[in-house]
Amino acid sequence: MTEQKQIKITPPLSDADVEALNAGDKVLITGVLYTARDSAHKKFIELLDAGKELPFDPKGQLIYYVGPTPTKPGEIIGSAGPTTSGRMDAFTPRILETGLKGTIGKGQRSPEVLESMKEHKAIYLAAVGGAAALIAQSIKKVEIIAYEELGTEAVRRLEVVDFPAIVVNDSKGNDLFADGVAKYKKG
Amino acid sequence: MRKVLTSDITAKVSELCIEAACHLGADVIDAIKAAAEQEVSPLGKDVLGQLVTNFELANEEHRPMCQDTGITIVYAELGREVELDGSLDEAIHEGVRQGYEEGFLRKSVCDPLTRVNTTDNTPAIIHTTIVDGDSLSLTVATKGAGSENMSGLAMLKPSQGVEGVKDFIIQVVKDAGGNPCPPIVVGVGIGGSFEKSAMLSKKAIMREVGVSNPEPEIAALEAELLQSINDLGIGPMGFGGMITALAVHIEKHPCHIASLPVAVNMQCHADRHKHAVL
Repeated sequence: MTEQKQIKITPPLSDADVEALNAGDKVLITGVLYTARDSAHKKFIELLDAGKELPFDPKGQLIYYVGPTPTKPGEIIGSAGPTTSGRMDAFTPRILETGLKGTIGKGQRSPEVLESMKEHKAIYLAAVGGAAALIAQSIKKVEIIAYEELGTEAVRRLEVVDFPAIVVNDSKGNDLFADGVAKYKKG
Repeated sequence: MRKVLTSDITAKVSELCIEAACHLGADVIDAIKAAAEQEVSPLGKDVLGQLVTNFELANEEHRPMCQDTGITIVYAELGREVELDGSLDEAIHEGVRQGYEEGFLRKSVCDPLTRVNTTDNTPAIIHTTIVDGDSLSLTVATKGAGSENMSGLAMLKPSQGVEGVKDFIIQVVKDAGGNPCPPIVVGVGIGGSFEKSAMLSKKAIMREVGVSNPEPEIAALEAELLQSINDLGIGPMGFGGMITALAVHIEKHPCHIASLPVAVNMQCHADRHKHAVL
């Protein structure tokens, strides 16, 4: 493990909380995260188009892009690592308009999402893709709050303790992917 | 003729699905451990360490290492002296059905247009070949979509030659960036036809990590491409670093005089496949 300091954060996040975070920072999240992926995002947009509210109050909150494996009897959740964020790019700017402060997934975001994050002071965090059994250990409570019929894609309210993530895009336009690759690229 | 019971095929496929999802092969774990030693990026080193911890946890607790337990790809090599008491395909699908239920694996298969889930991870993608002998060889891979979605295929002009092939492979990896969960295994199929190149690229992923193609020229091309890919600087999870790929596996096949098909099948670090013989 590296010596880099880990910053503890708890949603809901304010503009100031978000501005204090920089690309490359390692964070530990304690508190509530909401899950949503492809199908739930489609339904969110339908709600917003109809002038309705999302199934949870998005102000200051973080959405975690995950579709967990089924929960074994007596356990809290199955394996629960991040899915590819890019599939949600088409929906994200619209969701950020509601006051959501950030998203957690893996892989790069589109230029439109990055621009929208600057505008709305939001962050994009990456969790380690594939580290699903490890990440599940930080999830202490799970409740399905919408679209139960979607199964793994249902919207869940997670209570987490020290959920590990890395700031990829901060609200100032810095990008860990671009900086990291530039640093180690040869030739 | 030797009888093989479809009930035994179902039971074995079920077992292989769960084994693949929960227990990563020693070849891949060793490659990731070696990568962690070589990686100079502190964040990259950290990620590789977390992956090793995750694989060990999944192994000890017999739980899926990744929440994406994939679409199920099954290679069946059926000996021509085997007599079956029913449908091979149906026995395999039933094995997938049972394995995904009993192993608490995620059912990730849906209609491509309506997106309605089939709820049991079937149908499996089955590739059957008839071979000599009286046994049935099964290889089951649980293929996640994060890496699969980053794959690519090109019908190059023969004049583009090996340089064109190299450029295309590197471009696919570069465009994928952190999406396919690097460090990756890059499966490459060169030649054949449109579909044959894709089949070869998938088959290439099934090869043990660290084993080169038996043809020296192809093995040299694999080594050269691995270096070029790692020089891209993408690094573990795309955070920057020296290790983007654990291996490049190439399979080749003769093709039409006017064609040069190249397929690149991306495989995340959870390179999950298990094999058994009945």
